[in-house]
Amino acid sequence: MNVEFVNPFLRATLRVLKTMASVEARPGKPFLKKDGGAHGDVSGIIGITGTTNGSMSLSFSRNCILKIVAGMLGEEIAEITDDIKDAVGELTNMISGAARNELGNAGYGFRTSIPIVVSGPRHTIKHQCNGQTIAIPFNTESGTFLVEVSFEE
Amino acid sequence: MQNTIDFNQKVLVVDDFSTMRKLIRNVLKEIGFNHIYEAETGVTALDILRSDEIGLVLTDWNMPAMTGLELLQRIRREPASKDIPVLMVTAEGKKENVVEAIKAGADNFVVKPFTAETIREKIEQIFRKRN
Repeated sequence: MNVEFVNPFLRATLRVLKTMASVEARPGKPFLKKDGGAHGDVSGIIGITGTTNGSMSLSFSRNCILKIVAGMLGEEIAEITDDIKDAVGELTNMISGAARNELGNAGYGFRTSIPIVVSGPRHTIKHQCNGQTIAIPFNTESGTFLVEVSFEE
Repeated sequence: MQNTIDFNQKVLVVDDFSTMRKLIRNVLKEIGFNHIYEAETGVTALDILRSDEIGLVLTDWNMPAMTGLELLQRIRREPASKDIPVLMVTAEGKKENVVEAIKAGADNFVVKPFTAETIREKIEQIFRKRN
């Protein structure tokens, strides 16, 4: 997988959360993810096609996503409801879109599909290609989340 | 701005994600708009545009069934809605997308992520040009 494709997703994640939710996220050390187990309690995944094919996912711990949505909408939600899942879908859209725009400026053309959101204990994430999956852990004041990026070799 | 925008006019927000509709609604309220309508699809948006006197439309681009661009083209084709200002709010930030939207009759363009200030400026620009 071309590692040049990873940093735009990292930057897009930081920018979207700061701009839309006033949440400062701190990225940790990226690692190769070997299994499909989700990091968090609710996840969004979106397919990416174009220069090469792949997908991106976001997986949030409960407290982390509740705080992010509170920052976005100015209202507290106590549980992972349909509103929270909708917000995860929109975050997946925005982060993949912002990364795609940066990649587009670098000469790589990509399109994205409609995001899918999954929640619940022990759910899994299946990336839409057979390439390696690079995971970037993020920490916020209210918990952690993981961004995964996977593209064909 | 106080002299160029009628805050009592009805504003229609079109997005398939309720989060984004709510977020934009909050921004519009903060700017001073009092009458905000929402549509989840382009089809619903067209129904509202036919039955209500809408003064401004903010629409997403990527929506299933009818895209924001198709909605914009329909708005510009229908005599009752052809002159309504349309602000595209979208993740599509490529230059060709902006050009395509402007060609189709968009009044202005905001790329996600955005701040409340950006939305305010884009709306101000629309009404400044139109007045």
